[in-house]
Amino acid sequence: MKRHNAYLVLFLLVSSALLSAQDWIRTGTGLGVEKIRLAVPDFKNVTTDSGTQNLAMTFNLTLSNDLRNAGIFDMVSRSFFPLTVPGAPQEVHLADWSSPPPNAAMLAFGNLSIDAGYLNVQGWLYDTKNTQSPQVLGKQYRESATDENARVIAHRFADEIIFRLGGGIQGIAETKLYFVSKRGGSKEIWQMDYDGANQKQLTHLGSIALSPHVSPDGSRVAFSGVTKEGWQILMYSLELGRMVSFTRFGGDNFSPAWSADGQNLAFSSSRTGNTEIYAVSSSGGDLRRLTENRAPDVSPTWNPKTNSQIAWVSGRTGLPQIYTMASDGGNAVRVTDQGYAVSPSWSPNGQFLAFAWVRHYGPGAPGASDIYVMDIASKQWAQLTHDGGRNDFPSWSPDGRHIVFQSNRTGKTQIWTMLADGSEQRQLTTAGDNSQPNWSFK
Amino acid sequence: MKTNGGEELKRRSQWYKLTVALAVVLTVSACGKKKAAPPPPPPPPPAPAPTASLTASPNSIEPGQSTTLSWNTDYATDVSIDGIGKVDPSGSRTVTPTQSTTYHLVARNDTGTQEATARVTVNAAAPPPPPQQGNGTEAQMFAQNVQDVFFEYDSYDVSQQYQRVLQADAQFLQQHPNIRFTIEGHCDERGSTEYNLALGDNRANATKQALVSMGIPADRIRTISYGKEKPFCTESTEACWQQNRRAHFVYQP
Repeated sequence: MKRHNAYLVLFLLVSSALLSAQDWIRTGTGLGVEKIRLAVPDFKNVTTDSGTQNLAMTFNLTLSNDLRNAGIFDMVSRSFFPLTVPGAPQEVHLADWSSPPPNAAMLAFGNLSIDAGYLNVQGWLYDTKNTQSPQVLGKQYRESATDENARVIAHRFADEIIFRLGGGIQGIAETKLYFVSKRGGSKEIWQMDYDGANQKQLTHLGSIALSPHVSPDGSRVAFSGVTKEGWQILMYSLELGRMVSFTRFGGDNFSPAWSADGQNLAFSSSRTGNTEIYAVSSSGGDLRRLTENRAPDVSPTWNPKTNSQIAWVSGRTGLPQIYTMASDGGNAVRVTDQGYAVSPSWSPNGQFLAFAWVRHYGPGAPGASDIYVMDIASKQWAQLTHDGGRNDFPSWSPDGRHIVFQSNRTGKTQIWTMLADGSEQRQLTTAGDNSQPNWSFK
Repeated sequence: MKTNGGEELKRRSQWYKLTVALAVVLTVSACGKKKAAPPPPPPPPPAPAPTASLTASPNSIEPGQSTTLSWNTDYATDVSIDGIGKVDPSGSRTVTPTQSTTYHLVARNDTGTQEATARVTVNAAAPPPPPQQGNGTEAQMFAQNVQDVFFEYDSYDVSQQYQRVLQADAQFLQQHPNIRFTIEGHCDERGSTEYNLALGDNRANATKQALVSMGIPADRIRTISYGKEKPFCTESTEACWQQNRRAHFVYQP
């Protein structure tokens, strides 16, 4: 109940922020639009053996989670559903869905069956208010009958619905997260689905691997790892399933970040002494130095909209602050005005920076590090996490509606996601110690 | 292994010296006996020639330790030990030689002179190993002599206090010009993983630059940051954090 009230307060604050310039701003796309009320009854099982039942359960759970996670739907509670639910267009009674209690604007339904080892799924999306031609979508899928494929088909159908109803922005149900996990002893690079499923270890360096960043085309993961030559930018090929070579530089090299066009990597290097930001082509050549300052400079992130700006962290005025500069190193501007601000991530639309901030830093001040989002043009910011603990390393989903981050609020550091307004915070990992999540570009 | 071998060697040499000393004593007393039993003594019998023995126990000591000289003479009217002077016909005395010494006793009377000797070995202090004697020793000396540098929170400036520490470090490093080493930059657990890596790099680099300015060639020094990845102390207390904010020296074999 308390939590409910908190969300209500948050909602009121968010709403008022739209009218007057307050601390709170809302972020993401499709804002100011009421959430679409969507009903998603379980898909009908045409073949009724136990194998199909298990796949059907996986499919239905994945589909409803994907649509709920999308953040653009008001999901109709199952308890409001009519007694019989449709599995095909001829079984649909629109009035049962468009009127209260379900009062759904949209209805997603369908059926699934198994034949000759293949899983067949038919799915539709209907506009319940449009009695003349209600069909918005009609899709058919056929994949070998595995649990994994049941998930994949559900992700694809969910992304179709989200794309159609969410302002033409691709859904994220098929995206991946890359992160650091210590569950095997040493810190290694891991991969998982956007919803925390299919967690899989990629690297086996046995030293320390940090800061994974997947390339925009999804072919390589750049990260920093301890080698005999100190920290180096290392590359793991997702296509080959193994490490591939990359240029090695002198000194320590940390925190690689891809430009959204895949042409360049920015990173921090101490090759000339203290750490500075450099850019290098994605093939490892054409090294350019972008900063020159005796303070620590680290954690670059490109403006993915233009690829012509970089935000990063510098200690040149004392405690670390977020700065932006042109991608040739010119025009450095300080963005945060106080505290301890680190780990910037630039939103896909180029408008926002998400970052970790201990705003009131100093003796006696609460030491919690929280995730904030700042509108770069106006410098207005919003605090997204309030639950204590150390929250760090935010990374935007490609649709700009979600942020993945790390938090130790439950004890150990784990990966969490939330909508970009701070709501719907969900924990994705539980095993061991997990950190530094990075959301794939697609 | 090396130490055991040395012990063994030392023990053997002790045995050897003891044997020699015993042999000397036996020889001396044998001689005495021979002379003490002359054929038919002419009257008036002259005083027999003196006999003398001298032992040191122990006969092998470490520097600063003492040993006891014991001697016995018969018929002597004048007994003296070199370096000590005139002594009683029989007696003992504690001596603390600083180096290996052969004590020389002379017993005299009107008839003749008898000498006895006892050797006391003072084991030499372990000689300072030459610089390239062995990595183990050199690494140990490095660890004993080169002190770490500690930093204030979020700082990579070497304070005056640690400038002095570095001067002592530099002195040792100048005396051992062949030692190469790594400076590891470390940070406490607070703050961000990536920022701490950069901060640790700056700490290692600031320490390196200070040593270079004191005359240590840069090519002997490698740096690496471990940020907050390898803490020395894992409690969330200021005392512990202080331990972790450091530039740590590591000998490079």
